[in-house]
Amino acid sequence: MTTTTRPAAGSAADLMLGDDAVALGALHAGISNAYAYPGTPSTEIFARLIREAAAGSAVIAHWCTNEKSAFEGAIGASLAGRRALVTMKHVGLNVAMDPFVNAALVGLGGGIVLAVADDPGMHSSQNEQDSRCLADFARVPCFEPATAQEAYDLTREAFVVSERLQVPVLVRLVTRLCHERSMVRTAPPEPPKPLHKAGPRQDWVLLPANARRLWGELLALQDEMRLANEASAHNRRTDGAGRRGVLTTGIGRRYFGEVLPEMTARPPHLHIGTFPLPKDLVRAFAADLDSMLVLEDGYPYVERQLPGLVPSRCKILGRESGALPAAGELNVVNVRAAFGLPALQLHESVLLNVPARPPRLCDGCVHRDSYAAMQQVIADLGIGAITGDIGCYTLGALPPYEAIDSCVCMGASIGMAKGASDAGLRPAVAVIGDSTFLHSGIPPLIDAIGHDTDMTVLILDNETTAMTGGQPTALPTSRLMPVVLGLGVDPAHVHLFSAHPRKVQELAALIKQEIAHAGLSVIVVQRECVQAARQRKKHES
Amino acid sequence: MRADVVLAGVGGQGVLTIARLLAEAAANDGFHVVQGELHGMSQRGGAVQAHFRLSDQPIESPQVPRGRADLLVGFEPLETLRNIAWLAPGGRIVTAIRPIENMPGYPPIEQVLAELRRFPEAILIDAHATALAAGSQRAENFVIAGAAFSLLPLTPGKLRAIVRKRAERWTEREGEAAIKALAAGRAAIGGAEPVHG
Ligand code: SF4
Repeated sequence: MTTTTRPAAGSAADLMLGDDAVALGALHAGISNAYAYPGTPSTEIFARLIREAAAGSAVIAHWCTNEKSAFEGAIGASLAGRRALVTMKHVGLNVAMDPFVNAALVGLGGGIVLAVADDPGMHSSQNEQDSRCLADFARVPCFEPATAQEAYDLTREAFVVSERLQVPVLVRLVTRLCHERSMVRTAPPEPPKPLHKAGPRQDWVLLPANARRLWGELLALQDEMRLANEASAHNRRTDGAGRRGVLTTGIGRRYFGEVLPEMTARPPHLHIGTFPLPKDLVRAFAADLDSMLVLEDGYPYVERQLPGLVPSRCKILGRESGALPAAGELNVVNVRAAFGLPALQLHESVLLNVPARPPRLCDGCVHRDSYAAMQQVIADLGIGAITGDIGCYTLGALPPYEAIDSCVCMGASIGMAKGASDAGLRPAVAVIGDSTFLHSGIPPLIDAIGHDTDMTVLILDNETTAMTGGQPTALPTSRLMPVVLGLGVDPAHVHLFSAHPRKVQELAALIKQEIAHAGLSVIVVQRECVQAARQRKKHES
Repeated sequence: MRADVVLAGVGGQGVLTIARLLAEAAANDGFHVVQGELHGMSQRGGAVQAHFRLSDQPIESPQVPRGRADLLVGFEPLETLRNIAWLAPGGRIVTAIRPIENMPGYPPIEQVLAELRRFPEAILIDAHATALAAGSQRAENFVIAGAAFSLLPLTPGKLRAIVRKRAERWTEREGEAAIKALAAGRAAIGGAEPVHG
């Protein structure tokens, strides 16, 4: 169950993030292309690839407008016979679901590996959805590394499997692994695949007649996928004493390993690192057990597959049974409790409670001006619906501003403002960042244009994707206005406002003026993010 | 030989940088190392926490379990207190004392420091003043790093070497201030024995 390694003499080993390990695994598998939309905790995968590209790697690594576009780029690369990596956070896969599911049907040429970073515990996300379920939904293999070393190894292996089965392979990561530094030993890189167009056409054109045949082929592959996992070295059984077994997946193994020295005897253990679930392995493992505790981070994905696989006498324990909490991350504390180990004595502060230190907008942040203006607008006009979106500016929901009513998913502010206005909740104001607007705000804006909906859209343009660390947006500021105008918003109600703390009154007046207009208005509030400006100046000097 | 360390502070203080440098120093010293952190929302002036484990044996959990930290390294006193549950019985605390009051309801600082002094093994350092004396108030995190490092079972000089290498990318003044701050942090500890789990 060894997790970390010291550098063995003479081998190429480095201290790196799990995210770095995925990047290097893909690079060493000979990828030609990589596409991504930033999202914590996946962002550093791509940051590493971009650094490698700048240092002379031949890989084409492009930030994309959204995850769907990113995934489609990878399908195109595969059509060209090249290997491609796509990275995103878990909710990004909801956006990329269409190409992801359908890519499983076409006759891939170069391998496609999709690295998805789940965020159990919601450290920086709006939900804790489990991407293993989505790989299952698409009927493709899912690899779940437990360590940064496995992240490297499994990413490389995923390309081989993707090409053998001609389906994308999902590498499922979790926050703790993405952002964990440990020693990773790399292996010599493979050269990129030659340009070679994949065919034939009837394997790529998903007309119903073709799609029915390809769907049949994908279903027929399911058993092959499972059989490969029955024999995989990533799915290991370790014998132990007693009849209470432990099944771990991914990082769950590490928490088991942590508490193991405190147990009187080592229980029988089965670790699963690759899906679809190797059912024969599970069946054989469970044959003599009275109970099986499932340690998996995320949903009770394996736990739910166990009834019918394990003998009826074998009690299934996990996140669904209540042996572990259904929500949040696994950790040593809840895993100890699941094994019935006594809780550790914890120090506490006798100051009754330590007050929270919530994240806040930086001093000098442009969003402060926008929200100060919105507060005046709210004071004067009352609140209808102020729909927010995803980015640093989501913090406008917290004190001292409390100036947005919602934050649901990327781009939702505009569609929701339209719906709220249609329903009669006015004034309806949508607040969205420039990167989020490009990601998925344009289609709902077109809907609002089509009906000249009585609403006002504030696009907060800080010239960067700030919250994830300042990735460039798909279009620079200078091209944002032509996009808005080109979509067909009435130019009389489109404004570019260059923000300044001294111009808060003026901005409030402009917003009120456009709210008074009984139709669609767009105000782009522009000033560079102070963090991005700092980075840029550092770069320039 | 092993040591479990939790580092805590406020976004922007350089907590993650120090956690990383300590991990590099330990790896360089031949230890197994796992170092974890949380990025994202927490960077905007919110609470930041990093974990760092070193051992001569393979390490399992990516995080230090609550109640198991041999050393709690605080870059801000209230954050030190927030993370007190991580501290093992008999674990050591090294903490800066300057409050960062970017939040509502910050308790009186005397109360926070009194609370920290209840722990007999707590070492409170005026890292701000020490950094100023070393030539740069921005090197506060290196004062704390120097203090924390000298409590770890690592070869003296390892961290300095890592910082020197890193400093090649900085201005000469920044690099010098960091090295001086490390030494000042070490001096602030005196001859305290290293921690070990
Ligand atoms: S990172 Fe930029 S956009 Fe985000 S809060 Fe700070 S200044 Fe504002």
